[in-house]
Amino acid sequence: MSTLLEVDGVSVSFDGFRAINNLSIQIGEPELRAVIGPNGAGKTTFMDIITGKTKPDEGRVTWGDRNISLLGMSESEIAMEGIGRKFQKPTVFEDQTVRENLAMALRNPRGPFAVLFYKKTKEGGQRIEEIAAEIGLSDSLTRRAGELSHGQKQWLEIGMLLAQDPRLLLVDEPAAGMTTAERELTTDLLKRAAKTRAVVVVEHDMEFVRRLDCKVTVLHEGSVLAEGSLDHVTADQTVIDVYLGRQ
Amino acid sequence: MNKSFLMRNPSTLWFLLGLSIFTIVVTILSDAGLGIMSTSFVKTLGKTLCLCLIAVAMDVVWGYCGILSLGHFAFFGIGGYAVGMWLMYARTEGIVLDSLATQTIPPTTQEITDAIGNQIFGVVGSSEFPMIWAFSDSLFLQLLMVVLVPGLLALVFGWLAFRSRVAGVYLSILTQAMTLALALYLFQNDSGLRGNNGLSGLQNIPGFEGTPQSTISLAFFYASALAVALGYVLFAWVTSGKMGSVIKAIRDNESRVRFLGYHVESYKLFVFTLTAVAAAIAGALYYPQAGIINPAEIAPIASIYLAVWVAIGGRGRLYGAVIGAAFVSLLSSWFTGGGAPSIPLGFYTIQWTDWWLVLLGVSFVAVTLYAPKGIGGLFDYLVRKPS
Repeated sequence: MSTLLEVDGVSVSFDGFRAINNLSIQIGEPELRAVIGPNGAGKTTFMDIITGKTKPDEGRVTWGDRNISLLGMSESEIAMEGIGRKFQKPTVFEDQTVRENLAMALRNPRGPFAVLFYKKTKEGGQRIEEIAAEIGLSDSLTRRAGELSHGQKQWLEIGMLLAQDPRLLLVDEPAAGMTTAERELTTDLLKRAAKTRAVVVVEHDMEFVRRLDCKVTVLHEGSVLAEGSLDHVTADQTVIDVYLGRQ
Repeated sequence: MNKSFLMRNPSTLWFLLGLSIFTIVVTILSDAGLGIMSTSFVKTLGKTLCLCLIAVAMDVVWGYCGILSLGHFAFFGIGGYAVGMWLMYARTEGIVLDSLATQTIPPTTQEITDAIGNQIFGVVGSSEFPMIWAFSDSLFLQLLMVVLVPGLLALVFGWLAFRSRVAGVYLSILTQAMTLALALYLFQNDSGLRGNNGLSGLQNIPGFEGTPQSTISLAFFYASALAVALGYVLFAWVTSGKMGSVIKAIRDNESRVRFLGYHVESYKLFVFTLTAVAAAIAGALYYPQAGIINPAEIAPIASIYLAVWVAIGGRGRLYGAVIGAAFVSLLSSWFTGGGAPSIPLGFYTIQWTDWWLVLLGVSFVAVTLYAPKGIGGLFDYLVRKPS
């Protein structure tokens, strides 16, 4: 397992409030990692920094085998580097079909003229079928994404991430609003995806994290409080004090 | 734009069929055929087709890409001015040469130029040709200006606005400010475009002085119909397939598209510029039929009307924009032209010339609230897709 992403000494403040405070995290490839923490611990800001939505005040974010810095890059450039992100609220394009949603995410040239003259390929079609099978939406390819259930939308969004063929997947609260059966399918999906790539899951739900059965990072007030297996961090006294004790 | 594209988009084929039938019917009714339709009405219909083209462009930029531009009539006006400059120069040159031909001593080139300048700019107290008229003697170069000037303006303006991530209502305000600034500039006498007099006599096409207006009006009607047809097919192609997918996605959730790896700004810039050029071509065909262009045409209200047409016709479907522009603009000229009978209420008489705008405003609000799909939405009831 080699290091894919290294966040080193990153801090960011919003109007004087330190959302991220000297945060350092390393993600390997392949790896499945869960990030937990109470509200306001900086989980979403952490993802914003990696994906280029928020620029940190200090620190370094280095990526890949050649250790390039992600800090000067735009959101779309970072996405093309191979970082895919799933938002907390399912954000699929509801007016368009499942197939169109997936086709848009497929790894192809992204310039306006390349897209304007884009011709459908056989491989592209096959890849869409494969992903649809993976996320359990094979029968829904021609349905409008808006007609899907909440859980299916979440899967479609994960499918769109897979279609981008990223090396790192950032997944924000995938299990929110899902039934128990849907949660199990989601865990399997994420575990399978993490066999070949790095997957970082931000989650509130301890039961879900337990089922992921992976290394856990606990964030608190913008920095790492503890790291290790779930059993290890839940036994940690500081973690119990700031997080688990409140429940 | 191959055969399969048209086959996959039956609404485009229906539109082209409808437009062809309309063109044939107008030809039969006009002076070229039965002579029932007046020349001025042929011109009105030709102008309406130009408005349909700019409405289609507006629908692409707003209905599909989600950019509520309140500046597309500025591009329309620039197109009109660009072609108007040649029309006015060439026609004035013809008149000046005719009048000087009777002189015993042949006039020098300088004298001719001065005389033309005097004719054109006399109304604003000048006879000098401003810099921007440098190419006005060449039809080819002025036609190039029709495309280049609005294209470049849209490219630079769009690049600055989109790069700074100006979106939503702020972008609308910015485009409106651009339009207002341009109109105010053109209103000035020293703008080089004859201030509030604008350019006139554009219906007289140099080289065709002997051709009756009935023939010229029909020729412009055909040109407008062809432009609408080509524009419609082009935009139907742009808004279909993967490109259509991406621009609709930008409308619905811009930041999500960014995280998919698309450079959203390039797409917006592409759509903004392409539609600006289409608007300018529509304007270049419109004003020779209108005969006159002045800065009031570019005033922000025109661009707001454009948005109203598209909203009433139905956003996000190209034929909706065509229906909205044709229906509302024809209705508007009927009401404001005194065609609609006044309604006496006893204590008050509703004069439509005063009340039309109120009716239009109320319809706009009603459509937005109760029929967001507009008139075009009625087609959904006609064509029920078997599901």
